[in-house]
Amino acid sequence: MTSATSLSLSKEPLLQVVDLQLAFSTNQGVSPAVLGISFSLNKGSTLALVGESGSGKSVTALSMTRLLPSPPLLYQGGHVFFQGVDLLSLSEKKLRKYRWRRIAYVFQEASRSLNPLYSIRSQLAETLKLHRPDLPTSDREILPWLDMVGIARPQECLQSYPHQLSGGMQQRVMIAMALCAQPDLLIADEPTTALDVTIQAQILTLLQRLQKELGMTLLFITHNLAIVSSLAHHVAVMHQGRLVEYGATEKVLRNPEHPYTRALLACIPRLDRKLKRLPTIGNVGKQH
Amino acid sequence: MTTLLRRAWKFFSRYPMMAFSLSTISSLIVIAALTTLLSHYGIDWPRNPNETHLNERLLSPNWNHWLGTDHLGRDVFSRMLHGTTISITVGLTAMAVSLVIGVTVGTIAGYYGGKIDQLLMRSVDALLCFPTFFLMLTTVALLGPSLRNIIVVLGFLGWTATSRLLRAEILTLREKPYFHAARVLGERRWKLIFLHLLPNTAGLILVTAILGVPEAILAEAGLSFLGFGVQPPQATWGNIIADGKTYFLDAWWLIFFPGLAILITSLSFYLLGNSFLVILEKNLAANNYRR
Amino acid sequence: MITFLLRRLLLSTLLLFIISLISFFIMTLTPGSPYPWGEMNPKVSPELKAVFRKKFHLDRPLPLQYCSMLDDLFRGKLCSISDDLPVLRKIFDRLPATLSLNITAMLLFLSFGTLLGVYSARHLGDWKDMLASLLAFLFIALPSFWIAYLLILLLVDHLGIPILGTESYGIDFPNLLAAWLDKIWHLMFPALILALTPLAIESRYLRASMLEELKEAYILTARARGLSESTIFYHHALKNSLRPLITNIGMLLPALMGGTVIIESIFAYPGMGQLGYQAVLERDYPMLLTLNFIVATLVLLGNFIADLLYALIDPRVRLD
Repeated sequence: MTSATSLSLSKEPLLQVVDLQLAFSTNQGVSPAVLGISFSLNKGSTLALVGESGSGKSVTALSMTRLLPSPPLLYQGGHVFFQGVDLLSLSEKKLRKYRWRRIAYVFQEASRSLNPLYSIRSQLAETLKLHRPDLPTSDREILPWLDMVGIARPQECLQSYPHQLSGGMQQRVMIAMALCAQPDLLIADEPTTALDVTIQAQILTLLQRLQKELGMTLLFITHNLAIVSSLAHHVAVMHQGRLVEYGATEKVLRNPEHPYTRALLACIPRLDRKLKRLPTIGNVGKQH
Repeated sequence: MTTLLRRAWKFFSRYPMMAFSLSTISSLIVIAALTTLLSHYGIDWPRNPNETHLNERLLSPNWNHWLGTDHLGRDVFSRMLHGTTISITVGLTAMAVSLVIGVTVGTIAGYYGGKIDQLLMRSVDALLCFPTFFLMLTTVALLGPSLRNIIVVLGFLGWTATSRLLRAEILTLREKPYFHAARVLGERRWKLIFLHLLPNTAGLILVTAILGVPEAILAEAGLSFLGFGVQPPQATWGNIIADGKTYFLDAWWLIFFPGLAILITSLSFYLLGNSFLVILEKNLAANNYRR
Repeated sequence: MITFLLRRLLLSTLLLFIISLISFFIMTLTPGSPYPWGEMNPKVSPELKAVFRKKFHLDRPLPLQYCSMLDDLFRGKLCSISDDLPVLRKIFDRLPATLSLNITAMLLFLSFGTLLGVYSARHLGDWKDMLASLLAFLFIALPSFWIAYLLILLLVDHLGIPILGTESYGIDFPNLLAAWLDKIWHLMFPALILALTPLAIESRYLRASMLEELKEAYILTARARGLSESTIFYHHALKNSLRPLITNIGMLLPALMGGTVIIESIFAYPGMGQLGYQAVLERDYPMLLTLNFIVATLVLLGNFIADLLYALIDPRVRLD
């Protein structure tokens, strides 16, 4: 992945999700989570998957590399093509070669995503050793990644344990951990939800910068339509397990076709309009 | 009715251990009730548990005495039937006593916190340092062994683990948003405790209650074995073994069958408790996943 | 570290104080004669009674009785009622046997309990887990005296293998090693039976805390990072589950000590358990009080070691 190819969107999609259907088996029976969604993601571009909690966006993200145990998650149909390979039909052993090396994640709560008992150094080294066996796992290999995600004193950070870092720092460490495997696709699953607003902005800027610098392909999952416009090339809006809107960011934000998207947009508070009361989504979505 | 049966069948085939334990426990209760009832009306089936036949001493299991006879020629099977009542009674009542104390202490400590919590929990810590069974033995010996004293001692010394569990649960529930909301809304204290906290610990309390029964049964058996259980001639599983231990090299049945009864009974209760725990966890997990 | 030690010392002293208070009051407030003989025994002269009362401070009011009993205990003057020997000396004579029995049992239940629990958690939900769980519940539900008798019936009576007592009688061992092995052999069976229940309980604790840890987000991250399931299991989840386990093991020690009363009497093993049983039979108050005190001290010591281990494993715990 070099920066020369990064900005020109290649023709062949890196990730192609075709009619993905997911459900959970519960005591009361099978409860559907994702009802056949399709989208694709070109190399070097960013797709934002937007929806409220329970819309199935996180499950979709996690099912890309089959991270949830099955059962309870049931893969009821569809394909996830990554560089032409259907990940859903791969064996666990082959799939592991895709995890993190090709598709890395940044999760919502960095504080819980890091193992509390191991130092940052050992967790980064573990990742690096697994995915870049060609490189030595010395501090010299690890430090540049911490540097890249804007950690001021990387040497100090290496020695710390997760609980000694702030939420923003932990998230930066997670991003560094994702970057060090040099994946083709980074899936950020609500990476800023658990953070303070100011830290949120910093992390978003960081992701944006990294995406430009490294030409990363990014699948960004959020419930916040407001942060999408500056970040994503394409937007897919999910509602109750379905894609209700999918297209270029500009188009979707200006001319939303689906009433749910319009309702979502109306909920964003704006400085240039005076409102007595913020609208709520209400029953718009219950149409289907 | 048929749908009910079908649903029950479906449920129990999913939880075979629950089916096993429930059927064992219910038959034990039926046996205990029937034996008590029949002997109340003077019917001794198959024999009177205290009738001695010195010419039939230490007979091995045969057609007349299914599980053999003891050193006084008493029928072991009849004595075991009567012992069932004692074991079940001790198990249930001692559990009830310790449950009430444990839940009360745990709730008070968890709800009020602060100095009350410190005082109660330090006392619990102190009690937890005692060799439990030895303390029970000492107390029963000093009070004098009788059915009532055994229940009281097992109940009053067995609540510590329950109180700790419940306190921890109350502490977590207290931090939940729904509880803060209820408090902010100005709910009264008793409503907070009895409507908002305790109902949410119902599953935990149920499981603790079920698991408390075999603990008491085993402790009573141990006390009986050492000669400080319910006193002879009243038959209990424990004192059949205690009486038989002198002869056990010649009469294995005096040890084997009562011990097996204790084993099956306590195993059933443990499995039942565990089944409930599994169902409880499944429901929790299902609720988490539905997000 | 020093503040931690001081605080622990203070807390332990407080706990020991409460413990002695509880055991003292259990003994004095229960009905019945404080004498080893009956209240109405005509053979005992009033003079003898008076001497007895003086010796055990029974002529003083309750709070003072308690204080002088503790005073005697710490100065090693407290004597057993039954044979007038100093209590501490009698206990320390038995301590090595009891300690070796309990420590062996502890090592057994820690290792096998961890194995069983890990096996159960590794095969969560399938028939292997079910089998391991069933085995664990079987161990918990087994009355220890029953399995001990069956074992003796089978090994001693049918196969003629000596397992009772601390060593085989009437055999001259060619060397020290053989004698030691014989001792260990005799230690093994009571220790194993003693360990069964704590073993099973530990395996259940471990399984439950593994279940909790496997739900944690860092496990999902570890899986996303492409780690193998066994690395996730042993390197990440297991180490985290040891934390709650260590605290729970502290609660198993008293049960272990309590179990020795039965097991030592069956296996004719001369430890503190037998001493305790004897004291119960003879209503030997000073002995009972001291035994409770010593066992509680041992348990507190065990808990202290557990806390140190806890801090060793978890970087979030700091000893201050």
